[in-house]
Amino acid sequence: MTSIKKPLVDKHLPRNKQGLTQRDYEGVASTLCAGCGHDSITAAFVRAFHELDLEPHRAAKISGIGCSSKTTAYFLGQSSGINTVHGRMPSVATGAAAVNPDLHYIGVSGDGDSLSIGLGQFAHAIRRNLNMLYVIENNGVYGLTKGQFSASADIGTRAKYGEVNEQTPIDPVRLALTLGASFVARSFSGDKEQLVPLIKAGLMHRGFAVIDVVSPCVTFNDHAGSTKSYAHTYKYYHPVIHADFVPEATEITVDYAEGEAITIPMHNGGDVVLRKTDKSHDPRDRDAAFDLLKNLEGSEIPTGLIYIDESRPDMGEMNNIPETPLNAIDHAKLCPGSDKLKELMEGYA
Amino acid sequence: MNVQTQTDTTESTAVKVNDFVIKIGNVNGTGSASANGLLMKSIFRMGVPVVGKNLFPSNIQGLPTWYEIRVSKDGWTARSGNIDLMVAMNLESYEQDLKAVSPGGTLLYDSTWPRPKLHGRDDISVIGVPLAKMTNTEFSNARTRVLMKNMAYVGAVAALTGIDMTVIQSLVEDTFKAKPKLIEPNMKALMLGHDYITEHYSALPLRVEPMDETKDCILIEGNDAAALGCVYAGATFGAWYPITPSTSLMDGFKSHCQALRVDEENGKNNYCIIQAEDELSAIGMVIGANWNGARSFTPTSGPGISLMSEFIGFAYYAEVPLVLFDIQRVGPSTGMPTRTQQGDILLAAYASHGDTKHIILFPADPKECFELSVDAFDAAERYQTPVFVLSDLDIGMNEWMVPRFEWDDSRQPDRGKVLNAEQLEKIDKFYRYLDVDGDGIPYRTIPGEHPKGAFFTRGSGHTKFGGYTEDSAAYQEVLDRILQKWKNSADQLPAPIVNMCGQATKRAIITVGGCAAAVREAISRMAENDLKFDYLRVKAFPFHSDIEAFMENYDEVFVVEQNRDGQLRQLLINETNVPKHKLIPILDYSGMPAGTGLIARMITDYCQAEA
Repeated sequence: MTSIKKPLVDKHLPRNKQGLTQRDYEGVASTLCAGCGHDSITAAFVRAFHELDLEPHRAAKISGIGCSSKTTAYFLGQSSGINTVHGRMPSVATGAAAVNPDLHYIGVSGDGDSLSIGLGQFAHAIRRNLNMLYVIENNGVYGLTKGQFSASADIGTRAKYGEVNEQTPIDPVRLALTLGASFVARSFSGDKEQLVPLIKAGLMHRGFAVIDVVSPCVTFNDHAGSTKSYAHTYKYYHPVIHADFVPEATEITVDYAEGEAITIPMHNGGDVVLRKTDKSHDPRDRDAAFDLLKNLEGSEIPTGLIYIDESRPDMGEMNNIPETPLNAIDHAKLCPGSDKLKELMEGYA
Repeated sequence: MNVQTQTDTTESTAVKVNDFVIKIGNVNGTGSASANGLLMKSIFRMGVPVVGKNLFPSNIQGLPTWYEIRVSKDGWTARSGNIDLMVAMNLESYEQDLKAVSPGGTLLYDSTWPRPKLHGRDDISVIGVPLAKMTNTEFSNARTRVLMKNMAYVGAVAALTGIDMTVIQSLVEDTFKAKPKLIEPNMKALMLGHDYITEHYSALPLRVEPMDETKDCILIEGNDAAALGCVYAGATFGAWYPITPSTSLMDGFKSHCQALRVDEENGKNNYCIIQAEDELSAIGMVIGANWNGARSFTPTSGPGISLMSEFIGFAYYAEVPLVLFDIQRVGPSTGMPTRTQQGDILLAAYASHGDTKHIILFPADPKECFELSVDAFDAAERYQTPVFVLSDLDIGMNEWMVPRFEWDDSRQPDRGKVLNAEQLEKIDKFYRYLDVDGDGIPYRTIPGEHPKGAFFTRGSGHTKFGGYTEDSAAYQEVLDRILQKWKNSADQLPAPIVNMCGQATKRAIITVGGCAAAVREAISRMAENDLKFDYLRVKAFPFHSDIEAFMENYDEVFVVEQNRDGQLRQLLINETNVPKHKLIPILDYSGMPAGTGLIARMITDYCQAEA
């Protein structure tokens, strides 16, 4: 099953600053269906972490339940991970991040996990501006239970066996914007050139970075009539803003056309350079983000970095937590001791 | 003015010194809690053992609320069952309050308004004090008038029972240290009530006389004590969703942390409290924090445990330590949120689907809330499992008189088997669920500590090496080890408290938690009638081996607890070899703090029916 190790193919792959190859950022072999969009996202994670030169053991992977949530075992085999219960990944991430903000938190969820059973936790993690990258691998369908609609299924979309969805969908991008998320992006599992830099930018963002990744389910939702199929997504896919992540102390080498590039310094290091493919959109403008989504509704799927705000305090700052992680403070500093207790007792006498 | 003449009853000639009960019936939201607390504490400050029970509604303003103060020179802390002086301030509950007074007792009421059923009883004395009239004359602000009416009855009760006004005055000064302007009006109101009594009535045959029995004690609520325990245990993270009666635990943790945990050097909080969106999230946060190696906890009540059950099973199976405080209230469902019960014993013991068994610690008073909360963090990390501290509303939200807490500075937290970076560097390979030492407890690591310590935590089937499995034998091996680990904890957890009556008897009483105060007094009362019982109080689950051995010595074991179904009894039957017929259920699930009178009567009736 998922503990099967992948064979070592090439010892001469390029090494990053940690002396590690991309293979060092992989996990156990995937057990998802051949062609699953989620496996492409897993590969994008591997590439992003490798390119960021992150120490694998300084990342923590957190997920819920479902096909998407299984994937945390398929990358970063040298990182700790916790595969929690259905829809409850954000709460576990919240506690973990509160006591050790120094790790890179990667949450992997699906449309069922985040938009149905876990909608409440997703919403409240956004409100807390929890410092994590939160990726929704969105296929519009429940795969493990064989093809029921999820809450992200569009009106009129057709299920494998003919049923048509008539309920209004929950769009995680618009929902996240409404709730005040500080980094909102959408991408497509089939476009690694867009997705990898977004993952890097999301990891370096200080606050809650959500990326909704359309990720077709080849078994239950890749047919004609589905709005989450490869064919449909390729056809209506509309890149709006391309985000390049430029690590700290690295020269920006890409030649951007004047007036097209916006450089945003990231709180956790490095810069994000945004290239507008849609000239009218400024991702630092929340109202513009709403307008963009509204204007393209029903015709095209806007992708890229839709909105970013690097200025908002994250959960740690709002709670005035110290630089030394709470899980590393000496007991002597935490326990007030016997003399103090004697003094406290006077207040109850 | 409608002043009633004091009825001269023959009973009233026997003076009760430091051994009586005052009950105050009032309207919720009128600020009576602070006046009542002041009254109780002044008795405590006179060196006289005392306890207060707040019997309040699930309401912000308007419904009836009561406060019962038991003055007990012998130090009994349960409700005795008698009411010697009733202060009936609430018209709505007046009839009920009138009925509740014990024969020979006294009822004090606000005679500003005449009451038609005043003469409903001729076996008690009735005292009228025009409280509203006096305070309305003296004070102009509407809210102040309401508050001062309460202070006025405190003054009246003080005059009637001989409570030292200088003690009350010093308490008022302590209370309003930060707002000295309030001292004068409060004292004025107190004196209005006091002076009216001294002018119109003679003192009651209920006397508070100074003793020297409280100097080593404090008055504290169990939730506050548990919160202090969390601070001393080194907990740095707490997540919660507000629910009565557990809310004051997190309030207490917050205020203790604000006083004790703000870093002097950088002004940062060496703690973090997150108010979650619901209990499902609260426990998820606590799991995340504990997974990351910080001691963390969540306080809740029964409905919260129901919601948390899925995650409790996850933490049990994935072996994530955590501490849950269940401040029990009356169920099922919403039940009676402001009433007390011990209805979550079975829920806590086996919470979550599948085969799960948990460690439970049962405090019986606020001092044990402090001590057992520290023990709970140690047990959770030693056994890498959820640990419940099963308190209740009576312990958690009432002020109990208990010995002052102590702390041993040499005590270090038992973090259990955690491999640090240095140890990980030396080992060949780390497997999270491997029973290296043969005691059922594997080693764990803190994420991010060292590359070799990385592991994948999952609630799905896993092998002892931590990998996913659907293999029967590999699954069973892990599940069996977790059971062994739990069983091994039994004799390491706090041992039961045993009191032998000193005579040969074939009868014993077993109880748990806050019932203990009433049971111990009931045993003492029944001994006067030649009914002798040995006594055992359970402090932890899984049951210590001493408990089964104890039960073997008796023909009859009365199991006293506060729920309908005899949950402790069921658990004893399920988890020991005691014959079912030996265990006789004695149940009080009224929602009120356990009363000595009721328990003594139920057991006595059973014994007499037998004889």
